[in-house]
Amino acid sequence: MADTLAPSSSPPVEGGAHAPADGTKRDFLKLVAGSFAAVGVGAIVWPFIASMNPAKDVLALASTDVDLTHVAEGQAVTVMWRGKPVFVRHRTAKEIEEAQAVPLSDLRDPQTDQSRVLREPWLIVVGVCTHLGCVPLGQKSTDPRGDYGGWFCPCHGSHYDTAGRIRRGPAPLNLAVPEYEFRSDTQVRIG
Amino acid sequence: MASGLHDSTVTNPVLRWIDQRMPVITMMQKEYGSFPTPRNFNYFWNFGALAMINLLIMIATGIFLAMNYTPHTSLAFDSVERIMRDVNYGWLIRYVHMNGASMFFIVVLVHVWRGMYYGSYKTPRELLWILGVVIFLLMMATAFMGYVLPWGQMSFWGATVITNLFSAIPLVGNSIVTLLWGGFSVDNPTLNRFFSLHYLLPFVIAGVVFLHVAALHITGSNNPLGIEPKGPQDTLPFHPYYTIKDSVGVIVYLMVFAVLVFFMPNYLGHPDNYIPANPLSTPAHIVPEWYFLPFYAILRAVPDKLMGVLAMFGSIAILFVLPWLDSSPVRSMRFRPIAKWLFLLWTVNFFVLMWAGGKPAEGHYILIARLATAYYFAYFLVLLPLLSKIERPLPLPESIARPVLRGGGPLPGAATAQPMEKA
Amino acid sequence: MALRFVKAAALAAAVGLSASLPMGAAKAAEGPVELPHVNFSFNGPFGTFDRAQVQRGFQVYKDVCAACHGMHLLAYRNLRDIGLSEEEVTAIAASVQIQDGPNDNGEMFERPGRASDRFRRPFANDAAARAANNGALPPDLSVITKARVGGAQYIHALLVGYTQPPEGVTVMEGMHYNEYFPGHQIAMAPPLVQDGQLTFGDGTNATVDQMARDVSAFLTWAAEPELETRRAMGVRILIFLAILGGLTYAVKRKIWADVH
Repeated sequence: MADTLAPSSSPPVEGGAHAPADGTKRDFLKLVAGSFAAVGVGAIVWPFIASMNPAKDVLALASTDVDLTHVAEGQAVTVMWRGKPVFVRHRTAKEIEEAQAVPLSDLRDPQTDQSRVLREPWLIVVGVCTHLGCVPLGQKSTDPRGDYGGWFCPCHGSHYDTAGRIRRGPAPLNLAVPEYEFRSDTQVRIG
Repeated sequence: MASGLHDSTVTNPVLRWIDQRMPVITMMQKEYGSFPTPRNFNYFWNFGALAMINLLIMIATGIFLAMNYTPHTSLAFDSVERIMRDVNYGWLIRYVHMNGASMFFIVVLVHVWRGMYYGSYKTPRELLWILGVVIFLLMMATAFMGYVLPWGQMSFWGATVITNLFSAIPLVGNSIVTLLWGGFSVDNPTLNRFFSLHYLLPFVIAGVVFLHVAALHITGSNNPLGIEPKGPQDTLPFHPYYTIKDSVGVIVYLMVFAVLVFFMPNYLGHPDNYIPANPLSTPAHIVPEWYFLPFYAILRAVPDKLMGVLAMFGSIAILFVLPWLDSSPVRSMRFRPIAKWLFLLWTVNFFVLMWAGGKPAEGHYILIARLATAYYFAYFLVLLPLLSKIERPLPLPESIARPVLRGGGPLPGAATAQPMEKA
Repeated sequence: MALRFVKAAALAAAVGLSASLPMGAAKAAEGPVELPHVNFSFNGPFGTFDRAQVQRGFQVYKDVCAACHGMHLLAYRNLRDIGLSEEEVTAIAASVQIQDGPNDNGEMFERPGRASDRFRRPFANDAAARAANNGALPPDLSVITKARVGGAQYIHALLVGYTQPPEGVTVMEGMHYNEYFPGHQIAMAPPLVQDGQLTFGDGTNATVDQMARDVSAFLTWAAEPELETRRAMGVRILIFLAILGGLTYAVKRKIWADVH
């Protein structure tokens, strides 16, 4: 920076108005510095986005234990797991039979009843309609259970059968089956 | 060109379409592209841009902290620690926000100091200066309320002491304090309203910053010589000259910031604020954050409650009238042989106040704080008005470009010529 | 009037409290005491935790401190970070009873802990803690090294600082003399009393000083679990900024070359 300015030369208005050799070198430098800065800005954005993902304590949320002793045949209970309702249904022999009798070709999301149940007569599904997230009716005996005896979603009219499979209405998929295990004949741990 | 459309020079058709209807690009080009800026800025002129970046950092980190913070007395402390432990990169965002407050004050104090040294507050920039003081006050309020949010011991007792300042007001003081608290002590209503205001005020600051910049672009920037540019030979287009120079400053600033955040995140904090607030037990030494210490020292230097509070607020309020206390026509201290040294002494004195504010209010600390307080005010109220009358300034250069040429003459070979500023 | 009364009541309560807790009251009278320096692995700007030491420190906490001091900000799952396996963490969690509930009958019940549980609190609440400890409240240790001047150095000093009071100093009933505690009179009885008080799994000799060091290291990890990530990220960011700064400065010189 020891060069002095000739008095006649007015300050350049644009960055590009210089000797070409000098300009090329500068442009390359600018490019490298600019790319570095862009990488830096990108790296800054990431922690902010990541901070909106579930925190460690949320990911570590405890599993939910369900006691099945008092759930009589034909009844259902709803338990909370990860902030969502989980339907636990003690199915009647008739309901199981109905569910197993349906040919896969009739189903929008083809799954056999056996593949959705760990141990009969217990059907355990996440009680969230796969259309837009409402909680379907059908847990209480007084609820409408839809045309297929399972659940009926009041928001947009999706009908689920006794295996929690979508049969009619806008929902694309069957009710999800959560991860769970039987710790004893009457104890289930969900999650 | 359809009538009613702005006459845009933008070539990109989409941007041009927008610019014709809402000439923001033309405006940016004018205000940040070709804007004529004195060519002789030194690195002190980086600090305005740094302050603006700091404000953006604080708003961004603050918004993401607020997503995980709980403003409730029984949950606030734990929710902050949960951010530190469980939220992804929560520790990073929180430490950046926490140390960002300190960085903000460092940057703004240097910015204010530069304005005082180079006389940037003088006509025609009085309103620009006043808006700056408003920003400084808003910053202090925001920082104070932000410090309350983690609900540690210093949060609680800082809030108690500072809000109690208002009880010094005759007659209505106690009612005002009750109003501020929303109860009979600093408690959950206080925490909630502080959170609300702490979220709001930065956007108010951003608004005043906009006015500050708008006013700046009417008068143009001051410069180290304190003389107005006399023509195009004295200025440079803001871009690329000062965008790149500011970029250099930003990187240095980020490096200092990074050292604080990553290697000494709690250095500027106080250990007591990691003890949850306890309304029944005041910490033995309660001290505000470092950036409040000079003003805290002034508060404690005055033995009378009301007078102490008035002196503390007065120490900032006096900045509003600084343009009229100092009526010397010469801006830059470079050309004011006496004022320069008195101002540098004032600067040292400011640090003495900061030091005294962190010491217990007893013995010779009080005496030192009192002397420093006296000089703080004497500089503004006695010395500057007096110097305006009796000081003989050094001869001013003819123009900004002139000193660059001095000694070298017009010949390009004059390598001995030194630029006035390391630029 | 009402305000004045509340203030007076608060003041009275505060005075009563500080009388019952001389640790707080005496703090102001004492200047800083020189702490014995411990060369922790995490000292300095680039230090990291010694996993084995932090694990030993956890053992000291679990077997000695946890009887009175909670660490409610930590969860058992966090122990994975100090090098314990998933099985070990599960076993540690399962070894304590955690209150949960209410169950279907509306009652709270106890169950074995899970990895996702926060550390069990030794007392139901602060009042219960005071009642069990002669009026003194054992502080939660989750962030204790961040909450004390001197951090881990102070914790170590405190734990090895129990001595006989000097001539002429009377220790109050239920208090203990400690060289490094502000005011010197501490309600906590010496927690680490003899060498070999517990046996470390890795064969390290459990002297009082060793136990004090290890638990201080554990508490530092507990207060700043992000410390290693933070420092590593800081190094990378500073290197990045140094390169970017050099490039930017080079561009700046080029652009300004024709002005000077």
